[in-house]
Amino acid sequence: MSVIIYTEISKGKIKKSSLEAVNYGSRIAAQLNTTAVALIAGDTDAIADLGKAGAKKVLKLKNDKLANLDSQYLTAAIEQAAAAEGASVIIFSHDFTGKAIAPRLAARLKAGMVAGAIDNPVISGDSFTVKKNVFSGKATAEYKINSAKKVISLLPSSFPVVLTDNTAETADFAVNLDNVNSLIKVKEVKQDTSELNLADAEIVVSAGRGLKGPENWGMIEDLAKTLGAATACSRPVSDMNWRSHHEHVGQTGLAIRPNLYFAIGISGAIQHLAGVNGSKTIVVINSDKEAPFFKSADYGIVGDAFEVVPKLIQAVKNFKAGHN
Amino acid sequence: MKILVCISNVPDTTAKISFANNDTSFNAAGVQFIINPFDEWYALVRALELKETLGGTVTIIHVGAADSDATIRKGLALGADDAVRIDFEPNDSFAAAEQIAAYAKDKGFDLIMAGKETINYNGAMVGGMLAELLNLPFVSMATKLDMNGTTATIEHDIDGGTEVVECPLPLILSASKGMAEARIPNMRGIMAARTKPLTVVPAAASDKLTTVMAYKLTAGRTDCKFVDAATPEKLIELLHTEAKAL
Ligand SMILES: Cc1cc2nc3c(=O)[nH]c(=O)nc-3n(C[C@H](O)[C@H](O)[C@H](O)COP(=O)(O)OP(=O)(O)OC[C@H]3O[C@@H](n4cnc5c(N)ncnc54)[C@H](O)[C@@H]3O)c2cc1C
Ligand SMILES: Nc1ncnc2c1ncn2[C@@H]1O[C@H](COP(=O)(O)O)[C@@H](O)[C@H]1O
Repeated sequence: MSVIIYTEISKGKIKKSSLEAVNYGSRIAAQLNTTAVALIAGDTDAIADLGKAGAKKVLKLKNDKLANLDSQYLTAAIEQAAAAEGASVIIFSHDFTGKAIAPRLAARLKAGMVAGAIDNPVISGDSFTVKKNVFSGKATAEYKINSAKKVISLLPSSFPVVLTDNTAETADFAVNLDNVNSLIKVKEVKQDTSELNLADAEIVVSAGRGLKGPENWGMIEDLAKTLGAATACSRPVSDMNWRSHHEHVGQTGLAIRPNLYFAIGISGAIQHLAGVNGSKTIVVINSDKEAPFFKSADYGIVGDAFEVVPKLIQAVKNFKAGHN
Repeated sequence: MKILVCISNVPDTTAKISFANNDTSFNAAGVQFIINPFDEWYALVRALELKETLGGTVTIIHVGAADSDATIRKGLALGADDAVRIDFEPNDSFAAAEQIAAYAKDKGFDLIMAGKETINYNGAMVGGMLAELLNLPFVSMATKLDMNGTTATIEHDIDGGTEVVECPLPLILSASKGMAEARIPNMRGIMAARTKPLTVVPAAASDKLTTVMAYKLTAGRTDCKFVDAATPEKLIELLHTEAKAL
């Protein structure tokens, strides 16, 4: 018996969303009186972080075919590790990787799955009750998992990462993929060059049609840079190609939950809110005091973005200078 | 090319959400339903574009009760050739995937497309589960799809960037933004949809792996605190001392 957590490396380190998942899985393991086992493919100097996050054991998945995000290879690898460890609970992060493999693994194991958990499961006997967001954050639902095997993917940024001085025993785990023949060939990987990944960013500066045109994004980027924030936009802005579609947040774009979200010249349509209302603190800057976004904001400034934003950049610079 | 597009029936994006039966089910009274935007804008429209350039057929499939038929007809109005409704109300994504797999397994579809996720239950699971149940390759979160003979070239989102993959048909993908531009059905399409075949298929065996115990509306935010536009430094101060966000 054990709890398995699938983890990944990004830019040489363990992904933050993976550390969150290890924290989560180790809390479940503690409740079940069993071991938290982290799986990882690839190498990093930061492997000790998996132990610090709560794993008692780390299995390094060994097979060259695991270098890319391939649902058939990774499903087989995790299935083999879970069988070897006698694991009935398998944890992922609900990030792009989790969305690509967790459902496939759940279907293979006939495991009940909850995608995008936002809280620790309530465990009673063999049954887990897991809370998740539904209706794009307008409500939550509690799912009871009826099957013996369970797959849960944790919504990123649901819990802060906690690291202790715990250490994990590390071992190689040879994965046999001789009978798995994926027909998917990776032709090209385009790494996001911006330093900050929108999905993981603690602070996000987002702007909408109120900015009038792509040439006006300089000040948005400046504000983001000063704050150490990622940039985002509303749907019409990406539809008109003012910004890349990767920046589109909302119901039909990316759902994000940063610690701090700035919405500048965005009206606050319900479909936009659906992707950002999980943010901890929301600041709205809009020239129209009746803009609906103010009803979903913690702080608001009624004013012209072209006047407010440059002043705000200066204010952040002064603040940073005073707090270094 | 024989394409199957999975569509789900969801409350309109502006619908007011409420629950019934002691908060154990969605209250559909007075709610307008639409095709899940990811299924319509990105999967179905791209399927129709491929059919228009390469030939073939586009079938839409939905797992649900008869009250979904109006939504299915909208998919036919957009240009799908025919529709299948599996007469079963799934309680989770796996239950939907099981039904679709049971129907599709011996029909010889070259390409099966699902949306990235439904906007009501936000699962993002059906595509991957279907791929497993049908033992097919799966490409998640596709943002671009081109065909070259019987090989698909797909761009898709991965953590920290995008990846371009190639895969021979048959395969399954989940569609995200970028695949196509939304279309509006025209009068001819709407008229034609009335007579296009909508086959109702009885449900296959189903596993009930999860049960929803209760729904709860998310609490909104309390009053917004306004800061004068002339003094944005006040905002920074509040973000630091009060919100502890800086
Ligand atoms: C099915 C569906 C799905 C959708 N999904 C999404 C989604 O995922 N994400 C999304 O964002 N939208 C989505 N939309 C679109 C959404 O309904 C709105 O149309 C969109 O969010 C509006 O974008 P906006 O706020 O940038 O523009 P607008 O609504 O045009 O608002 C611009 C705002 O800027 C303000 N403004 C103007 N000038 C200034 C100035 N000088 N300084 C400060 N403020 C100024 C205005 O007062 C106004 O409030 C969806 C719509 C549908 C139907
Ligand atoms: N009841 C259903 N009938 C047909 N397709 C569905 C159904 N539910 C979900 N899907 C498809 O699966 C995708 C992902 O759904 P989900 O995994 O439930 O978020 C949707 O975008 C649809 O394409």
